[in-house]
Amino acid sequence: MSPVLDNLDLYVDGFLTSLRIIVYSLIGCLLLGLIIAACRVSPVPPLRAFGTFWVTTFRNTPLTVVLVFCAFGLPELGINRSFFFFGVLGLILYTSAFVAEAIRAGINSVPAGQAEAARSLGLGFSLTLRDVVLPQALRTVVPPLGSVLIAMFKNSAVVGAFGVGGDLWSTGQILTSARGYETLPVFIGVAIGYLLITLPAGALLQVIERKVAIAR
Amino acid sequence: MRFRRTASALTVAVTALALAACGDDDDGGGGGGDSAEPSVAETPEFEAGTTMAEIAERGTIRVGTKFDQPGFGLENLEGEVEGFDVEVAKIIAGALGIAEGDIEWVQTPSAVREEVIEGGEVDMVVATYTINDTRRERISFAGPYYEAGQQIMVASDDDEITGPESFTENPDATVCSVTGSTPAENIREYLASDSQLVLFEEYSQCADSLSNGQVDAVTTDNVILLGFVSESDGEFKLVGEQFTEEPYGIGITKGDVAFCEFINETLADNEEAYVAAWESTAGQVEGTETPSLPEPQPCS
Amino acid sequence: MSEPSVLYDAQGPRARRRTLIGTVVALLLLAGLVFLAVRRLVDRGQFTMEKWGPLIDPDNEAFDAVWRLLREGVVNTLKAAAVAMVLSIVLGTVIAVARLSLGRVARIPLIGLVELFRGLPVVVLVYFGVRVIDDVGIDLSGWPGGQVFWGLVFGLTAYNMVVFAEVIRAGVASLPRGQREGALATGLTDGQTMRIVLLPQAFRVMLPAIISQLVVVLKDTSLVTFVANYDELLSQGDTIQRNLDNPIQTYFVVALIYIAINYTLGRLAQYIQKRQARSGRVSRPAAATAAKAAGPAQVGGGA
Repeated sequence: MSPVLDNLDLYVDGFLTSLRIIVYSLIGCLLLGLIIAACRVSPVPPLRAFGTFWVTTFRNTPLTVVLVFCAFGLPELGINRSFFFFGVLGLILYTSAFVAEAIRAGINSVPAGQAEAARSLGLGFSLTLRDVVLPQALRTVVPPLGSVLIAMFKNSAVVGAFGVGGDLWSTGQILTSARGYETLPVFIGVAIGYLLITLPAGALLQVIERKVAIAR
Repeated sequence: MRFRRTASALTVAVTALALAACGDDDDGGGGGGDSAEPSVAETPEFEAGTTMAEIAERGTIRVGTKFDQPGFGLENLEGEVEGFDVEVAKIIAGALGIAEGDIEWVQTPSAVREEVIEGGEVDMVVATYTINDTRRERISFAGPYYEAGQQIMVASDDDEITGPESFTENPDATVCSVTGSTPAENIREYLASDSQLVLFEEYSQCADSLSNGQVDAVTTDNVILLGFVSESDGEFKLVGEQFTEEPYGIGITKGDVAFCEFINETLADNEEAYVAAWESTAGQVEGTETPSLPEPQPCS
Repeated sequence: MSEPSVLYDAQGPRARRRTLIGTVVALLLLAGLVFLAVRRLVDRGQFTMEKWGPLIDPDNEAFDAVWRLLREGVVNTLKAAAVAMVLSIVLGTVIAVARLSLGRVARIPLIGLVELFRGLPVVVLVYFGVRVIDDVGIDLSGWPGGQVFWGLVFGLTAYNMVVFAEVIRAGVASLPRGQREGALATGLTDGQTMRIVLLPQAFRVMLPAIISQLVVVLKDTSLVTFVANYDELLSQGDTIQRNLDNPIQTYFVVALIYIAINYTLGRLAQYIQKRQARSGRVSRPAAATAAKAAGPAQVGGGA
């Protein structure tokens, strides 16, 4: 394990960079996912079509390819931002499709009578959604949404390869290929770093699931 | 390209014939003759138990090279590899009595080169492989067969960056290189902060990013950069002197002195083939000079 | 979108007019953006035949080679995904059955294994499969397909078998209790009950989830590009753009191929799910529970 202990500072930096990618992506993909989900169930046909197009595209393309377009395609369009920005953007675009689908499935699980009652009280589409359906959908949304987000945490590993650098995955790459350390101990260190993120997140998810279940 | 390859094969053939006629080659150049690929020694004899004898006996050689390095080792659309490293490997294979078609090419990106040698998955690695002491702890090097040096490439209209020191003076300037490569490690000491270094999987991605303004410079060995400069129609230029020395060696199993000496002798005996190999590949790029074979380092 | 949504009324004439105006304005804006983007790309030389020709013009000298590479890429991607899928289902079933039949204490190491593999990025698992297994001296190069292929397959399997274990466990749990009780009452042993009665039904319920997961595995094969060389679709794209210097165009075509394959698989999963729900071979509540259990699996994919 000495390669890990010798380079503990690199690992800590890598861990923090990965965490930074994750936090920005988390906020972004929840917001964007909610918007896309709203499009998917909206009364306006073109918005529905847009939502379907979005989900179909990003759910069926490998994250790697999405990231290629963000890192090399957007600059061709004259959009010059940091690679960190592009990496996080790619992860947000990709994950938003899954978030949207999880939310839509939750909305569909709310009994029809709830929405009908809300409408008979005179609430419009957005109020029905915001005040009646979404709060109830939340409890069915939590487990799949949690899985989507934890998958996103893990997917952040791929972002590091697109010019971002300094995250856990890239740290492992540099230690093994440029500094000549053995792969096994170095990547056990990388694996521990990711488990430090995903295992507590999984535990937290279970706690939230139980909380929401009681609220039922 | 196809035509050029044939031409270079012919040059190699002529050279080999000339050498065979001299007949001063006690190790490899036994043959010559008039076969279709005359650079291949016909029945070379080697001391039993040596790597050379083993390879000659087997009739095939496994060579590790890069598949993504224009000018040195690039896999073309037909699945063949082309480049200077590839041609150098063919010279050595020929001296072992192995024809081009019997060479098994193994893709060895920078990260796995020591591993595949240690694991016996290849007989030698010719892959823009800089000789250094860290690597010598795990493997041995024959050669060097080429001396490159690290340099910096920028956009033609850039007057700000004039050399590696510019990154110390201007902490906003970014430089791109390949993850885990020696140039990426070398440039670190000039950087004011780590965030100036942008890392990708391969140099063409760095060149794309320089072209669309995402990075300010690209750094690696000059000969690789020259390839991009010549393709860019004046969009890129090199700046500053080379600030490192990167002797390219041929990686072999640690401690195989006999094989190392054999490779060095073969290269020394085939200098014309060596020049032809250069001129048909990396030498096609404007601004490169045909190298002469460097003095070999002692085998260990 | 066949059934009318309960979330809103059908649009009246005024709403429809507003929608129409909104749509036209949005389309105009979109057209403007596309125009700007295209003009910019033209300026950057991204629409030249030099860049697109090898991909779309059959008369181009590189066209045949390019599409041969892409075809090989698709075949290799499908091959790795299929083998990883079969292994994942087999091992996943073993883990699921073990978890269902083992005692409370004996289950603990198994749960640890599941949590471990579920907690790691797929790309890290692929790295372990391709690079670390090789480094610690396990030689897979003699296996048909080669070392990288099996390394990739093992990496993908490690991740997906635990996903399947969960899917199948949920599938078995979703079956009506009477199935198991009935089987035991007819004198079948525990093992026979599982094998003959419960698992076949669970598989049928889980079939859509299994196909959806195949999409995930298929996309994840592309992660091998970060670790080693295996000529799957994305790597072939790399080779093409390296030779032709047209990354944007090549990756665009590669993305379309991925979308076409995965979209087809997704539709297939939907079709099977609908047919099952209609045919009633799978009881409705079971299908619903299973779909819910499969939810995380369907979306809990890698990259």
